[in-house]
Amino acid sequence: MDILVSNTSDTPIYQQIYEQLRSQILAGTLKSDACLPPIRTAAAELRVSVITVKKAYEALEREGLLYAVTGRGTFVAPLRAAEREDRRARLAEEALARELSRCKALGLGKAEALALVERLYGD
Amino acid sequence: MALLTVRGLSKRYEGFALENASFTLEAGYIMGFIGRNGAGKTTTLKSMLGLVSADAGQVWIDGMDFRKEEFACKQRIGVSFGGADYYPRARLSDIASVTRRFYPDWDGAVYRELCGRFDLDENKRVRQLSAGMKVKFSLALALSHRAKLLILDEPTSGLDPVSRDELVELFQRIVEDGEHSVLFSTHITSDLEKCADYITYIQDGRITASCDRDSFTGAYRLVRGAASQLTPELLPRLMGVRRHAFGFTALAEAADLPLLSGLEIAPADLESIMIHTSKEGFSHEASAV
Repeated sequence: MDILVSNTSDTPIYQQIYEQLRSQILAGTLKSDACLPPIRTAAAELRVSVITVKKAYEALEREGLLYAVTGRGTFVAPLRAAEREDRRARLAEEALARELSRCKALGLGKAEALALVERLYGD
Repeated sequence: MALLTVRGLSKRYEGFALENASFTLEAGYIMGFIGRNGAGKTTTLKSMLGLVSADAGQVWIDGMDFRKEEFACKQRIGVSFGGADYYPRARLSDIASVTRRFYPDWDGAVYRELCGRFDLDENKRVRQLSAGMKVKFSLALALSHRAKLLILDEPTSGLDPVSRDELVELFQRIVEDGEHSVLFSTHITSDLEKCADYITYIQDGRITASCDRDSFTGAYRLVRGAASQLTPELLPRLMGVRRHAFGFTALAEAADLPLLSGLEIAPADLESIMIHTSKEGFSHEASAV
């Protein structure tokens, strides 16, 4: 499990942790029922406050991506493959839509945008 | 459960008054106590502990009333005040053997383990310790009597960045089990950005905020703009406006966000909140020409 926290980013730290865990869960890098480090340990390791990690874990729990068992810890929720794909696609769509609207504002045409995606995506 | 509850603590001096200080700290968290020099941080901590006698107010530690069960309360806390040093010629082992007599719960094995972990040589004398090692030694003494609450007055001031970072990590390890808490006063806000769960902010003897850190910083925004954008409608909504040759910088409440369109808006950090909420820091207005 990899988490990189940037103190200089404008994105709040809890959101950075939340987004990175969410990506890893939806991409399948973090497997179903995998045990996450305890909140307090993760906080000390990442050198962030306990509440910051707690907020990230709780947000993921609310979205059904994590589940907590009292006294045992926090685990990756078992998602059906179809549901995981679905959520991943939805997030990717949102991200792409956001960037595309910026490109449109710059006057980028569809063909140009597609060519750009082709070039930037890499292999 | 609340490890520390302070209610209505007041202490009057000539020319300074701590008024009605109240805050709570749950077990398992780190609270940063911030304020300018002379704002009342040390007075608050000393009044809490009965080191100066408060005029009013109550303090509970781990559910016990400090005034009624002072001895039991003091067993649960470890205190370190800057400036109150150990006798410089004494060996660490001597100080430890004096200290342990005050604490029935003293655990020699824990003490030895901590000395090892902190690289403290028991045969050294206090004067041979660096500032960072002195803080670590006082933490070792506090933790060896199984204190649950550490109350530290500016433990990181005067330390180099490496020692401060070590200490911050140590605080996090201390609260990791969910049973210990650390309350520490500081004005090195970068230490708090790393580890503090809660912030208590004192200004001129009054506690003006005590809440989780994100709520505290999230209530403000740092705004920048051109001088022409500083309209008469906007001005009263801003705090600590600093005008300079190229525009202005100020603090705004997040609730006023709709009024701020057109300005450059950034998240506020602890330091900028402290600076901009202390208006007297801005007497040198418009001096840069």
